[in-house]
Amino acid sequence: MPDDVKNKAGLLERLQFIDRRYIFIFIALAVIIPLLLGLRFEEEPSPIVLALYDKIDEMPPGSRLLMSFDYGPTTAPEIQPMVDVILRHACLKDLKVYLMAVWATGQSLTVQTVEQVLMPEFPDYEYGIDYVNLGYKAGNQGLIRVIVDDMKRMYSTDANGTDIEEIPIMKQVSSLKDMDLIVSFGGGFPGIKEWILFAGDPGGIPVGGACTAVSAPQLYPYYPNQMVGLLGGIKGAAEYESHVLNTYPEAFAKTPTPGMNMMVAQMVAHIVIMLFIVFGNVMYFMYRGKERKLTLEK
Amino acid sequence: MDSNIVGVWIAAFLTLGIMSFLYKDNPWYKFSEAIFVGLSAGYWFASLFWQSLHAKFWTNWSPAVQSLFQGQFDYNLLYTGAGILGLMMLLRLVPPIGWISRWPLSVVVGGTAGLYLINYLVSNAIRQIGSTIQPAVTFPESIGWVQSGGVIIGNVLVFAVLLVSLGFILFGRSSTIDLPTPTKLFFFLIALVACGLGTFYSLSMPLNLTGLIIFMGVFCGLIYFFFSKEHTGFFGGAATVGTWFLMVTFGASFGYTVMSRMSLLIGRIDFLLVEWLKVVK
Repeated sequence: MPDDVKNKAGLLERLQFIDRRYIFIFIALAVIIPLLLGLRFEEEPSPIVLALYDKIDEMPPGSRLLMSFDYGPTTAPEIQPMVDVILRHACLKDLKVYLMAVWATGQSLTVQTVEQVLMPEFPDYEYGIDYVNLGYKAGNQGLIRVIVDDMKRMYSTDANGTDIEEIPIMKQVSSLKDMDLIVSFGGGFPGIKEWILFAGDPGGIPVGGACTAVSAPQLYPYYPNQMVGLLGGIKGAAEYESHVLNTYPEAFAKTPTPGMNMMVAQMVAHIVIMLFIVFGNVMYFMYRGKERKLTLEK
Repeated sequence: MDSNIVGVWIAAFLTLGIMSFLYKDNPWYKFSEAIFVGLSAGYWFASLFWQSLHAKFWTNWSPAVQSLFQGQFDYNLLYTGAGILGLMMLLRLVPPIGWISRWPLSVVVGGTAGLYLINYLVSNAIRQIGSTIQPAVTFPESIGWVQSGGVIIGNVLVFAVLLVSLGFILFGRSSTIDLPTPTKLFFFLIALVACGLGTFYSLSMPLNLTGLIIFMGVFCGLIYFFFSKEHTGFFGGAATVGTWFLMVTFGASFGYTVMSRMSLLIGRIDFLLVEWLKVVK
């Protein structure tokens, strides 16, 4: 703060140069209080979310859904709610679920998802018959490029080391073209974009995605011609959860809805940020006016 | 003590350590950051070693070499080339002969470019252009043959107007390219007919506003990046509209980035409240 202004500093000037740590406290409270209260609001699904929901919902029982875990623990808070709700929806529709990862960090998250969601909530789902975990394979987009024509060239075993020929669910699959839908969870490289470029477009396989909010704007142009639908960040997760909850209230009444819960905290935090932007601008213009007045007085 | 509890306490300790940077830089933050970086590097190293070097190279190359000693040729012996390229890459660590690492690097760059070339051309160029050029009107659910004809002719004409406008913008007024008068007259007549029919047609059908906005955004955005002609007059106006579209795009991206970062914060606080402190179920 300039000395001449500091000498005459009132509330206006002090607020203009407020310590940013106060802002952090406000943001922390904006996040903590809604989480403590456990609030959740209904969300209206946007067309791009609804498109992916409809695609999964309309798939007949026994259809093949490939879920690729293309993310790591750093983005898990944002991606995991989408993985959980889509997996629940797929299991409810009795789809055959194929799990894999093109990210090394995705493998452990695949196992975690199976242990925390699939096994306790859908005990009738049998490994090898209703779902399989193919695990992680190195190769990035090269891997996708190969398995679009020949799955078994890269996957001779599943994640547990079982021979792929001995897994009943794999007998119906020779390449990615046998999949009815691919959903990639991620947003980084390799991710949804690579699935579209190397599997969706050349193989004519429907590809959907669920990504971090930061990468969503880069992926929207692929919808609807090259991508079935997209869940962008926590907002997408909340919309999907809300729609599933409304459509199947009995099946999902007791399942957790982390997306919807986090969206409340998100909304409050956004309001706080917007208020600070408005407040900061008002303070700036008032301060500038006062500073001009001081200069004129001199 | 349950190992999970120990894990949760360590995670909470490190989470709070990272968050402590918001107050100011401190040893606790440095310690947590170093652990995060080291752990990530170690995880990736181990993963790539076992998934790439061992699973892809060693398990294929080693039996091939054994077969060779038994007098049989195995095509997997070609992995020797990959191994040599890998070793050449490591020569970067030896400064006097570090230049050798450029050779495998050129193979990687060339291979990646070749792999991406066709896919990018198809998915990110041709199909994206196809998605950009949408019908100028919304098709009704049931449509007669007269209307169908009108839709097709109308779309062709609207597109023709845009192309002709582009032709005028790029060449019509250029001082360096002087088009002959009959050509200009031809362009003008086409534009006049197209405008007339296009207007008549658009009055009878609902406009596809989204499609038109997308086309306008792409068209004006491209004009903004066209630096071979001075941004004045109509050209300058279109470039300004292009900057507005770019600003909206950047704004949307920034908004999404804020949402993404906030989600990560919420995720960590959710972990602290639910799994560590257990104050929320």
